[in-house]
Parts: sequence; C-alpha cells; structure tokens
Amino acid sequence: MSANNDEINNLLNQDYKQGFVTDIQADTFPVGLNEEVIAKLSKVKNEPEFMLEYRLKAFRHWQTMPSPDWAQLNIDPIDYQEISYYSAPKSKENAPKSLDDIDPEILDAYKKLGIPLAEQEQLAGIAVDAVFDSVSVATTFKHKLQEVGVIFCPISEAIREYPELIKQYLSSVVPVGDNFFAALNSAVFTDGSFVYIPKGVRCPMELSTYFRINASNTGQFERTLIIADEGSYVSYLEGCSAPQRDENQLHAAVVELVTLKEARIKYSTVQNWYPGDKEGKGGIYNFVTKRADCRGDNSKVSWTQVETGSAITWKYPSCVLTGDNSVGEFYSVAVTNNLQQADTGTKMIHIGKNTKSTIISKGISAGKAQNTYRGLVKVLKSAENARNYTQCDSLLVGDKCGAHTFPYVEVKQPTAQIEHEATTSKISEDQLFFCQQRGLSPEDAVSMIVNGFCKQVFKELPMEFAVEAQALLGLSLEGSVG
Amino acid sequence: MLKIKDLAVNVGAKEILKGLNLNVNAGEIHAIMGPNGAGKSTLSHVLSGKSGYDVTGGSITYNEKDLLEMPAEIRAREGVFLAFQYPVEIAGVTNVYLLKAALNAIRKHKGLSEVDAMDFLTLVKSKTKALDMDEKFLYRAVNEGFSGGEKKRNEILQMAMLEPQLCILDETDSGLDIDALRIVADGVNALRSENRAFIMVTHYQRLLDYIKPDFVHVLADGKIIKSGGAELALELEEKGYGWLEQA
Ligand SMILES: Nc1ncnc2c1ncn2[C@@H]1O[C@H](COP(=O)(O)OP(=O)(O)O)[C@@H](O)[C@H]1O
Ligand SMILES: [Mg+2]
Repeated sequence: MSANNDEINNLLNQDYKQGFVTDIQADTFPVGLNEEVIAKLSKVKNEPEFMLEYRLKAFRHWQTMPSPDWAQLNIDPIDYQEISYYSAPKSKENAPKSLDDIDPEILDAYKKLGIPLAEQEQLAGIAVDAVFDSVSVATTFKHKLQEVGVIFCPISEAIREYPELIKQYLSSVVPVGDNFFAALNSAVFTDGSFVYIPKGVRCPMELSTYFRINASNTGQFERTLIIADEGSYVSYLEGCSAPQRDENQLHAAVVELVTLKEARIKYSTVQNWYPGDKEGKGGIYNFVTKRADCRGDNSKVSWTQVETGSAITWKYPSCVLTGDNSVGEFYSVAVTNNLQQADTGTKMIHIGKNTKSTIISKGISAGKAQNTYRGLVKVLKSAENARNYTQCDSLLVGDKCGAHTFPYVEVKQPTAQIEHEATTSKISEDQLFFCQQRGLSPEDAVSMIVNGFCKQVFKELPMEFAVEAQALLGLSLEGSVG
Repeated sequence: MLKIKDLAVNVGAKEILKGLNLNVNAGEIHAIMGPNGAGKSTLSHVLSGKSGYDVTGGSITYNEKDLLEMPAEIRAREGVFLAFQYPVEIAGVTNVYLLKAALNAIRKHKGLSEVDAMDFLTLVKSKTKALDMDEKFLYRAVNEGFSGGEKKRNEILQMAMLEPQLCILDETDSGLDIDALRIVADGVNALRSENRAFIMVTHYQRLLDYIKPDFVHVLADGKIIKSGGAELALELEEKGYGWLEQA
C-alpha cells in the first residue's frame, strides 16, 4: 500500500526555516591547518602561554590519530586542509564591549532565530551566550549572575580571566587525546561557553548558548565547560542552527561537565543544524563529544537532547559516575528524515557505589534516513549495587528508512542490576486514516503520534524548550503526508 | 442526506461493489447485513474516504455535495463518522488528547473557537460515565491494551463527543458481551435525533433488538439484493442469506 507511504514521505519534506545567510564583514583565516595557524589563532584570542602549549600538544597528538571508523554512517572523507579554522565578525574593537558594538545584522540574525539579544527584548529568566561562527558576540544578564557569584562568559574570556579554573578543569573530563575530534577541537577551538556555579548556589536563571554557523567553509569548534561546585544547581540550554549551503560544514564541539559533591547539572539541547537538502547535498556534519563527570558523591547530571538537524550526527553524551550514589540520566529524541544519518546514544560508566543511570532513547526515522542508537553501560568492579535502566524505542515513518539499536553492556560487578527494553513501531496507514476519520489533517496526525511517542523525553525539557521542540518536530514532519 | 448511486468499487483488480444503491435520510437508521466478504467494510471505508479503493463508477452525494471529492478529514469535519470494525491503537497519545484535537479540528471547520478546557473536561467526563467507562480510560493511550469490548465502547465515546451527522457503525456489536452490547446500544439510542442518520453494519439480530432499524438491507455480491423493514432481519436470522442469493 505504497500510496499512503508516499504521502507520509511528502509530509516529512519540510523546508529548513533557519537557512538564511547574514551578510557581514568577517575576519576569516585562509583554509588550512598547521602549527602556525594554531599560533595565530591563540594570538588573535590573546591567550596566555599555557593555552598555546595545550593546543600544540593536542594538535601533535591529533596528527598521530587515524580518523574514526564511521560506525553505521556513510560519509565521504573530510579534507581538514580545506577548512578555515577561524571566522569572526569584524567589529570596532577586538571584542564587542557592549551590545552597541555588535553589528546590527548579527543582532537581527539572532532576532530572526527567536533569540533577541537587545537589552529591552531579552528573554525573561534566560541568560544567553550567543556564539556566531568562531566567537561569542554577546552574553546577556552577566552582571545579574555575577551578584550571586555565577560565572557565565565566553570560554575565551574565561581563559584570560580565570586561568586557574581553566587549568584545573579543561580536559579533565575529555582528555586531549580522547578521540579524533576531541583532539582536533582541543587544538583549534575558538569559542563556546564557560560556566562556574559556586558552592551552594542554585543558579537563578536558565543559562543558554546559541550557536550559529554563518560563514561558509568554516568549521565550528566550540568548547563548553560547566563546573557545578558542591551543592549547586544549574540548568543549561544549548541551541543551534546554520544557513542552508550546498557544501557540508563541520561542527566538532566538546562539552565537559563537572559536578562536585551533591551538585546537579541539567543540560538540554535542541539541535537543529541544517540537515542538507532532499538529495543529501550540503548539511552540517555534527561530531560532538559531550561528557559529564559526576565527580562528587550524590551528584547528578541529566542530558536531554532533541536532535532534528544535521546531515550526519555522531554524538554520545556520556556520564562518568565517579562519586558514590551519583546519578546519570540521558533522554534523547533523534529525528532523521530524507538522507540524514544519526548515530547517537550514550555511555554510562559506573565507578562509584550505588550509582544509578537511566537511558530513554526515542529514534524517529522517515524518508530514507538511518537512525542508530549506540549505547554502552559499563559497570566497574568498584561500583557495588550499580543500577541501570535502558529503554530504546524506534518509530519508523514509511518503509524506506531504518532504525538500528546497539546496546552494549560490560559488567564487572556481580551486584549490578541492568535492565533493557527495546521496541520498534511504525506509523501505520490505519493509524493515519483513523486520525483523519476523526477530523485531523494528516500533518497533525503524524505530529500528534510523534509527539506522543516522544512525551517521556519532552517532559524532561524546560518549559520554553519543550514548546520549541514540539514545534520543531512538527516542522520536521511537515509535508510528509499529502 | 446520503445518496449512493450505482457505486462500483475495485480493490486492485478485484471488483467488490458492483452497482450499489442506497438512500439515507436524516433521522433514519439503516441496518446493513450480509455474508462475510460481501463488501460491507469496503462500503464503510469508501464512505469515510480511506485510500486504496478504486471507485470505478457511480456517485455519492452527501448533503448535496460530492462526497468522493472530499479528503477523509474534510468528510469527518462535515459530520461523517465511522466506528471502526477493528479500532487501531496509538501508543503515547492519550484518549483525552485525541478527543480534544478531533473536537477542535471539527469546531474550527465550522468556524467555532477552540473548546474551553473546563467545558471540555466536564463534557468528556459525563459522556465517559454514560458509557459506563472508567475515567482512567481517558488518560490511557488510545486503545492500547484495551479489551475488544473496551475498544468498541471507546469508538462510541468518540462518536458521542464529536456529534456527527452520519454515523457508520461497522460491526460495533461483534465481540461484545450482552452487558456491553446494552451499554453501546444505549449510547447509540441517546444519539438518535431527527437530524442524524445511522448506517449499522451487523451480522446479528440481537443488536437490532436494542436499536430498532427503520430499514434493513442485504448486501451480497457487491449489491443491495433486498431491502425491507425491521422484520427482514428476523427473517434473515431464521433462514440465513442463502435463499436470497439464489433468488
Ligand atoms: N485491501 C484489500 N485487498 C484485497 N482484497 C480486499 C481488500 N479489502 C477487502 N478485500 C476483499 O474484498 C471483499 C470484501 O471485503 P469486506 O468489505 O471487508 O467484507 P465484509 O466487511 O462484508 O466482510 C473480501 O473478499 C475481501 O477479501
Ligand atoms: Mg467487515
């Protein structure tokens, strides 16, 4: 009964709404990568000497590493000499001192994305760090946060202003040589956000970074470091988008989270990079290393992600549960359509006693897309009474797409309890017809069924994000039924 | 309200309906009976706009409009309701969510504003109670893990909430025990009105004991081969369909 499957596929073919290009003056390095480029980059950023050493060490290590085996993904080799490693909007000074110094075109670009930066329009209750290509262009509510001792600033600023924190924590979760992209990122990262929540402070507002790739032929290598000191709490949101371009663009970020004793971090992502067109041309290659170290006892990290964009996504937000009684959670919705490929999942490494992890993964594939869940639950000998619950559900829309699940489990501690459940279902023609017979349009029917499927994850998102995520899913699936 | 003229329908190369005629006026109840595989569900599906059926001849007018021109969801919003023979399950979508979305889609089509949340809850609770269903069903995923009888009752709940004009019930009585049958019949009777019509597909007289039809039709070999009043159903119960088909 292919008539309806074609309809479903049409419904999924929506246009990318964030695909506009902002026309601004930019300082962009010529393409290519070598030690001189890295030295130049470090100099442009006014970095202390230790950072240059750190970068060069990473670069030398990276050169010895083979590029990764592409798991379940089909990908053309990337030529790292064809990428520019730095692009920054030209501004009057080296860095904009206030919002007035920011190119109005950039402010306008963020406004179009629904992230107004101008003082009078700022989102209530959310502090935003806006990263445009390689640099942070604005951070809102900085002073208000400073009053309670919270540091929220571009990481390039933190490197200059808080070198001791950087030396102590940078690469303490994701070592420089951890993997190919982490090494590359350590060598060339340009900006990103830095967060430090002092002891006992509950961050008074949501912190958010919005990443925007604008320039062509540039890679975005951002670096995020969040430290939650003892007994503190923060909720952090990450959003992103990019113009619609024919060539592929590389996004290789590293995110490190550290929670000390009894601290909690809630990290939410709505990833909407340009996915490429229907023939698979263009789109962002999204290779991200995200890892949390629950270093202190009774600490907790929750990752929640809604992945709708990118041509290729390759990411496994992970938790190293070092502290006793620490808790790691991973809630994920990954939507792939057309020729998109996603290989995503998580790693939960249980080291401390009574550590607990929960994994809820919802994969939706439509068109000819491939969606892979790859997860590892590892329980070390020391992790007495460790517990894990994993649930992986796949939803197929149409019959040309695929869903794959690879749950790996390694247990070295006999008291561990590991549970795994997996389901695969399909939006059937009968379901669609039933909804239509009740008066719903096919688009609304698909969106309702998909939202129902994702509910367990959406309820973990902060309110504003949950609404955005639902709307985004609606868009991703718009046009898939006639 | 509904005029079906010389309707011919194929599924693939197979002819299923071969010149079917039927007129239904507002306020009437029509029972359609007939052997398995005669095309009763096919007729229900074609009326409600399911794809996969090839209409090769004839016409259907509904409230003076060409029904076959309308997409399925427009037919629904215009008041055509099908209680399915085999209701589907939808994981993750609660009954109450579906009901609200459906009701609002229909209201929007009629130019009405969205239903007020409190009014909606009051309404849906009273209808649930009338069908002797536990309120918990409202917050469960549509038909997921429901018994056969609960699924059928759920169809009637949807019908009661959406207040359609033309209600098509495809073997709603099959698989119901006698208590459930009475509840469903009461639900249907409560909806009877002079501007609403029913087409009830059934195999059994027992449903018609509770819901008295104005007309009974026998569908066999793709056509209505005999029509009569309520007494025809009794005759069929006694003699089966054989004597008609041979005639
Ligand atoms: N999708 C289909 N593909 C092929 N044959 C079908 C399909 N749907 C119905 N039929 C056939 O059409 C005939 C009528 O079916 P149906 O309308 O379900 O009968 P009834 O509801 O009267 O028992 C049967 O012979 C059935 O096998
Ligand atoms: Mg049938």
